[in-house]
Amino acid sequence: MKIIFSYLIFPGFLFSSCVGLLAGWVDRKVTARIQWRVGPPWYQNFIDIVKLLGKETIIPQGAAKLTFLLAPFAGLLSTIMVATITGLTVRSPLESFTGDLIVILYLLVIPAIGMIIGASSSRNPLASVGASREMKLVMAYELPFILSVIAVVIRSAGSIQLGSILNHQINFGSNLASWSGALAFIVSIFCMQAKLGFVPFDISEAEQEIMAGVLIEYSGLPLAVFKMTKALLLYTMPLLLVALFWGSSLSPLALIGKYTVLLVVIILIKNTNPRLRIDQALKFFWGPMTILAVMAVGLAVSGY
Amino acid sequence: MSIKLKALTKSIWVFHAACSPCNNCDIEILDLLTPRYDIERLGIVLVGSVRHADALLVTGVPNYKTKERLKKIYDQAAKPCVVVAIGGCACGRIMFRDSYNSPCAVDEIVPVDVYIPGCPPKPEAMIAGIAKLIKKVRGEK
Repeated sequence: MKIIFSYLIFPGFLFSSCVGLLAGWVDRKVTARIQWRVGPPWYQNFIDIVKLLGKETIIPQGAAKLTFLLAPFAGLLSTIMVATITGLTVRSPLESFTGDLIVILYLLVIPAIGMIIGASSSRNPLASVGASREMKLVMAYELPFILSVIAVVIRSAGSIQLGSILNHQINFGSNLASWSGALAFIVSIFCMQAKLGFVPFDISEAEQEIMAGVLIEYSGLPLAVFKMTKALLLYTMPLLLVALFWGSSLSPLALIGKYTVLLVVIILIKNTNPRLRIDQALKFFWGPMTILAVMAVGLAVSGY
Repeated sequence: MSIKLKALTKSIWVFHAACSPCNNCDIEILDLLTPRYDIERLGIVLVGSVRHADALLVTGVPNYKTKERLKKIYDQAAKPCVVVAIGGCACGRIMFRDSYNSPCAVDEIVPVDVYIPGCPPKPEAMIAGIAKLIKKVRGEK
């Protein structure tokens, strides 16, 4: 009963999707203010979801029907699980289980894979262009992201448990205060931007060139599920980064403050950069970002 | 009235179908997104794919080629989807009525819900048209 409650309501689906949709509104509002506009009201993203639920769901002719409809749910379910595990651990670090960091790293790839599968099964050429771009992007950002997580693991005495990483930070100060932690944090902020699919890494969705790319054939309920997944990721990823790098004090007020700071960083990166080409993104992640991440691992090994 | 339609009127995603216009109407449509008018405060955004669209903005006079494309695009949109004819050409073909390459008007191809005349219509006129459309969908007077 308690498990169902925590997965569906409190740190799980309902709570995290509400926070994620609100964060999505903050993103739209701040973007509008940066462009000297007024921006939508605070309930806009909720209304978008309700509206999409009421629309017709179209399955393109010749598409793989089951795969096309099930692919969005794979991403949603795995993101709910990540949100719940992270939320429970942040609330009480001692309740986490061994190896949950690895589970989180695996589950965080599934939304991207769900998008790739859904787009490939839709039988649309633009969607397959988007799917191939998404695939390359996943391969690009996973390497530096996992390296920067390894730097954190080395700093917390080789623990692969999110709770004990948090405990280590509560006892010895946050990872961000060290050289290796700061480098890994910078790397993982860029990886988070790519995972969320925001500018400059919205290559797979590029509205102006391939018309929403991977999402082009989706309408109605599956599109709403994709939007929910995006919102959940917008809640989960900054929270995970706070837990990994900035976990020295986790009182609710500090948590909200840290989450907001990360959200503002995401929005500022989004609004001050043009979209990269896929080869530029690949070079960026496998070049400077991987070098920085390797430096962070080296510094962590030598104790800085 | 149902929550479905209410949500629809508060978040209209717009797909822009240009049926061989002279581009003046299109520029005025883009004006709606600029800081001066900022249509996003009403929840209206431009989308890239017609599958996501709740409203189809049609500009220009359909010719033999765009006629079939327009019909196809309307069939591809997820219903409920409204159609807005923007500009004199889309409303009534004005001076192209007897032209050799103008087979029919927009409302003979797709069911048009709102006509916004003008050459090109001002952004204010378009916002007024959208407001009337919202009232119509909600069933108010």
